[in-house]
Amino acid sequence: MPERLREKIGATRGYDRFMENTLPGSIPFWLDPKKRAIMFQIAVLAMVGLLAYYLVSNTLLNLKKQSIATGFTFFQKESSFEIGESLIPYSAANSYGRALVVGALNTLKVAFIGVVFTIILGAILGVARLSSNWLVSKLAAIYIEVMQDIPVLLQLFFWYAIFYETLPFPRQALCPMNGVYLCNRGVAFAVPESHPAYKHMVLALLVGCGVVYLLRRWARERQEKTGKIFPVFSVSIGIVMGLPAITWLAFGAPMNMDIPKLAGFNFEGGITVSPEFIALLLGLVLYTAAFVAEVVRAGIQSVSKGQREAAMSIGLRPPLVLNLVVLPQALRVIIPPLTSQMLNLTKNSSLAVAIGYPDFVSVANTTINQTGQAIEGVALIMAVYLIFSLSTSAFMNWYNKRVVLVER
Amino acid sequence: MKLFKVCAVMVAAAVIATAGVAVAGTLQEVWSRGVLIAGVNGAVFGFSMPDKKGVWKGLDVDTAKAIAAGVFGNANKVRFTALTGVQRLPALQSKEIDVLCRNTTQTLTRTTVNGLNFAHVNFYDGQGFLVPKKLGVKSAKELEGATVCVLPGTTTEMNAADFFRKNRMQWKPLVIEQTAELSKAFFAGRCDCLTSDASQLAAHRSVALNPDDYVLLPEIISKEPLCPVVRHGDDQWYDIVNWTVMALIQAEEFDITSKNVDSMLRSNDPAIQRFLGVTPGMGKALGLDDKWAYNIIKQVGNYGEIFERNVGPNTPLALERGLNDLWTRGGLMYSAAFR
Repeated sequence: MPERLREKIGATRGYDRFMENTLPGSIPFWLDPKKRAIMFQIAVLAMVGLLAYYLVSNTLLNLKKQSIATGFTFFQKESSFEIGESLIPYSAANSYGRALVVGALNTLKVAFIGVVFTIILGAILGVARLSSNWLVSKLAAIYIEVMQDIPVLLQLFFWYAIFYETLPFPRQALCPMNGVYLCNRGVAFAVPESHPAYKHMVLALLVGCGVVYLLRRWARERQEKTGKIFPVFSVSIGIVMGLPAITWLAFGAPMNMDIPKLAGFNFEGGITVSPEFIALLLGLVLYTAAFVAEVVRAGIQSVSKGQREAAMSIGLRPPLVLNLVVLPQALRVIIPPLTSQMLNLTKNSSLAVAIGYPDFVSVANTTINQTGQAIEGVALIMAVYLIFSLSTSAFMNWYNKRVVLVER
Repeated sequence: MKLFKVCAVMVAAAVIATAGVAVAGTLQEVWSRGVLIAGVNGAVFGFSMPDKKGVWKGLDVDTAKAIAAGVFGNANKVRFTALTGVQRLPALQSKEIDVLCRNTTQTLTRTTVNGLNFAHVNFYDGQGFLVPKKLGVKSAKELEGATVCVLPGTTTEMNAADFFRKNRMQWKPLVIEQTAELSKAFFAGRCDCLTSDASQLAAHRSVALNPDDYVLLPEIISKEPLCPVVRHGDDQWYDIVNWTVMALIQAEEFDITSKNVDSMLRSNDPAIQRFLGVTPGMGKALGLDDKWAYNIIKQVGNYGEIFERNVGPNTPLALERGLNDLWTRGGLMYSAAFR
């Protein structure tokens, strides 16, 4: 083959290859907006990572230079401090790790109970605010305005002071009803003595819930098929209450109560709820309920009057109007701001340190005090509140998806 | 308040994270700043608390003033920063303050794990129990089942827990962070007894509505040597703080007071001449003016004067010298030799 021809063929092949590379399917990656975007993302991530690495390594280095201990090895060490109240067995001989768990559980306890009461009280207040009764509506309005405007820390101090200033010493404890004592050490009340019957009653309750769930499904299907309405609500109540009651009777109806008795400085037996817990719960619930009431009112008012009138006009009774028409539409407005109020309550519970309730911050503070490892301690506090908040949000978002209006 | 504290700790962490590590030179920093920054408690009467006019008063305050007098020749060049128990160590570690005079107990952990140096003790204390008289308790061993108000502090909670564990007694701690709130809860009867360092208990009792209704139990359950504290890694600064406290003690031993210090300059005792800088050398060795000890005693007084003025029998605290007396009178205050 002559030399020149061979060159020509070679050149043509090169050209073909070039053409292949520039086909629409294979643009160079720096010209592809999608790939470029990913690259920018990676670059930013790398920068953030490097910055974090720099901060952490520099901190560690400097701490080491100042011979300050780092790390979380103190978790296993003996805590050697007591905690006033605990949901799990704990003593000063346990580890720091367990102490922190006790604190986290105490925070969860007050946050969970607080959220439940806040939603109940907030819903009642929100409805009362819309009441056609002038007095009820104005009283609710005054409550909401006053409670919203007083900082929650002041409210905590107020309720706590009421407890220790006005209630008598244990020896002169008030006894409003048999087995209940009120004093400046808290509220002590009788609980049933432990008996195998109670374990079975809990089982019966769970079984009852299962039965009710099935019953509701069956009732709905039947109603869809035949149009007959089954009294689900009253029957459900009967099953849920009745099953445990029958179990209780079957075990010979144990009646013995564990009654608190004055022993030494304090009450023994029964259950004692500390003034710190009650003050914290009261402060948080009364404060947050005011905000929740406004959220509920806004939700209900967002459902236009026409919806209600239309429901009435097709002959629905008022409870059904509320359940089938108003609430489903109101809930989708209520849930998102309600979530944020729940998070507020959880975070505000850290004000517990001010009145001596041993919540997570309080226990973490003592840990920081004793180990001197402030950075780890504060990081833990942030991590724990982040976990609480994120899991609350995740749950509420899941619930929100279920109630959100399905557009058709 | 909590938010503020978390912020303070965070800032401290950030400062530790970003600031380069001290390469000695706290003295140079203090000099170029023109003022000493001392961390104090701020809420313990007799140790560190501003009076009605906002002037800081107390034994810890005077210790810091003595350091300033030695460093600047002027006891008033101090800025006081009130710190809670949780804030104090990070504040020192992150160089927010030059020295911590906040009734801080010297412990092994703090010296090692937290990287701190403790100067000579400026108050020997011990943890005790304060109870209302009407409780009828004569000894801490009768506190089975009691609710105990605890001032949070590194060693306080631990000492109390150790004491009750050792004696196999049940108890309930109530830990409130703000001293004033805890005090209120105790005086209102929320708890049966209050535990803290005996000196602080005396301070608390002195502000009660009726101090005579309360009594300190005889048990002292811990050793609390309270010292000024500095960071690891600056030996010169540590020497200055350490020898300032010793100078206060040595001056009392020499019978040098703020009133007679000028006439003492003419003393024939060579030890006193060295101490007051008439014979030069001591101050130079520390990197300070040779008149440093003279300035301290002239402007602040010796240890005995500081004690009497702030916590002694004629103050509301009415504390006896006890362990804090000179070794020559049966106490523990003993200075190393000024040679």
